[in-house]
Amino acid sequence: MRAIVAVIVLLACGTAAAQSTAQAVRSKGYVQCGVNTGLAGFSQPDSKGVWRGIDVDVCRAVAAAVLGDASKVRYTPLTAQQRFTALQSGEVDILSRNTTWTLSRDTGLGINFVGTNYYDGQAFMARRKLNVTSAKQLDGATVCVQPGTTTELNLADYFRANGMSFRPVVIEKLEEVLNAYFAGRCDVYTTDQSGLVAVLASRAPNPEEHVILPEVISKEPLGPAVRHGDDQWFDIVKWSLFAMIEAEELGLTSKNVEKQGSSKNPSIQRFVGATGELGKMLGLDNRWALEIVKQVGNYGESFDANLKPLGFERGLNRLWTQGGLLYAPPLR
Amino acid sequence: MKRSAKRAAIQAAVLLAVGAAAWFLVSNTLSNLEARRIASGFSFLQREAGFAIGESPIPYSAADSYLKALVVGLANTFRVSAFGIVLATLIGFAVGLGRLSPNALLRGLCAAYVELFRNTPLLVQLFFWYALITETLPPAREALQPLPGVFLSNRGIFFPLPGSVPVLQGFNFSGGAHLSPEFAALLAGLSIYTASFIAEIVRAGVLSIRRGQREAAQALGLTPAMTTRHVVLPQALRVIVPPLTGTYLDLTKNSSLAVAIGYPDLVSIANTAINQTGQAIEGIAVIMAVYLTISLSISALMNWYNARVLRR
Repeated sequence: MRAIVAVIVLLACGTAAAQSTAQAVRSKGYVQCGVNTGLAGFSQPDSKGVWRGIDVDVCRAVAAAVLGDASKVRYTPLTAQQRFTALQSGEVDILSRNTTWTLSRDTGLGINFVGTNYYDGQAFMARRKLNVTSAKQLDGATVCVQPGTTTELNLADYFRANGMSFRPVVIEKLEEVLNAYFAGRCDVYTTDQSGLVAVLASRAPNPEEHVILPEVISKEPLGPAVRHGDDQWFDIVKWSLFAMIEAEELGLTSKNVEKQGSSKNPSIQRFVGATGELGKMLGLDNRWALEIVKQVGNYGESFDANLKPLGFERGLNRLWTQGGLLYAPPLR
Repeated sequence: MKRSAKRAAIQAAVLLAVGAAAWFLVSNTLSNLEARRIASGFSFLQREAGFAIGESPIPYSAADSYLKALVVGLANTFRVSAFGIVLATLIGFAVGLGRLSPNALLRGLCAAYVELFRNTPLLVQLFFWYALITETLPPAREALQPLPGVFLSNRGIFFPLPGSVPVLQGFNFSGGAHLSPEFAALLAGLSIYTASFIAEIVRAGVLSIRRGQREAAQALGLTPAMTTRHVVLPQALRVIVPPLTGTYLDLTKNSSLAVAIGYPDLVSIANTAINQTGQAIEGIAVIMAVYLTISLSISALMNWYNARVLRR
């Protein structure tokens, strides 16, 4: 029961805010990163046990910016229910676990969302045999869902709004809830579209037996979060994410970023730290953004390495210059 | 005189230290919550819960409050614990007496039962029962019908009530009464596991009765069954009841493992409420208060029963 641990930590820990998170990370030598227990493309260990995914890359980017080494990250796999208490209690420095940014979470949980690293929406997956073509036909269905998610709330809202009834089967562990769906305990499994695509690509025994229904019933901006009350750390994580997006816009990749010191473009010169003091303003080395791109890559590289092989389209997650929603404020 | 004054001083010092520690913990927690701007207090209980619950003995919808949702969880905990205690007691007494049977086959089977279920983790057993139900039974549209009106599928067991017969409608059956796979798996797991402990308690209780009692009863012409029923068990109960109380408490507390297989018990719903509101301390406090109340009530009831057994 991680909640109990968190309560004990809250009860016992003294003046936790005395040392800033950035100082603590530097003195222990690694970033403690809360990730999903295993969602392909977002955070999942590969066959060698190395964590991979776009959520993992956010933590690696922060480690590259703060410590100069993207590999200095330790991972804490968290279920949907454990994630916020783990961040609140200081068990992790960053929560990067496909978590939807909402007003109540941003205000009531003692955490701050730093931005969005994947624009998503909730959808349904059903067995092809049921001949369901629209979520509007799901009246009376049994729905598998994970507890403590916005998914669980949107689900209830959607059925209420459409005057339909359903029976939820609520199981905390992703493996167990998927087992229940694939065993036929539920007619429908619901989570974010990205989760459905990842599950179909990596977990389904027979992917062709299932269809993802066309309705997208919610906005799910997924992004990393940090604790309230440490603005410097909040800035570092926020701008590490923006640096990955900005790098793609500037055409900087892990292959070419080292050779850009003599670039004529002043934006690129500032980005790689050849001019200006962007790093210093964040309390970091001036090569912070260069190290992020060199070691982790830009946003597009991370997307192509982790999500594209699973069949993900860029969609909303294209740059604003290409009709998407990804937009980094100016790095200047 | 001097000695007792010294003792009083030590006790006062300990009391002071405990009080100071408690004060430190509470004030420190409050300042930590304040520093992190985590909401506190119990006002969230009145807010709309917003999530649906799979099964509920009382009417509930997502538009109801967190308080109502927690009451549903409590009712579900009561439901599975009450049925579990009855079932575990019946199985436990049967197996415990079976282990003392003159029939070697029965004795062996009962011993195997005890060793198998007492020596494997309850959580594993729950997963086993749940998988057994959901993986081996057919989907709702191909449900088995062992008796007219009774349907067995991976949606659980549907059986008819007077005036209401289950009918396949769309995705699932409607009408009649319904046992969900989650409830069935949890009830089976809890009662079968706990029964293995009760069996040993019953066996110990019966063995504590001196052989002379049984021989005397037989000399009076009582059959073995009558001897057990009227002579041995009433005396054995004095030995059985106190540890039996402990196993009842265990069963009730173990019902919180429901989280793992998706039965909406109190802990499962309180966890969701904690997650949606972020108010872990209040949520955990509710869970602890409720389990403490249930456990103390069971203890009080069993102590009263024990006193009655002793008086006979």
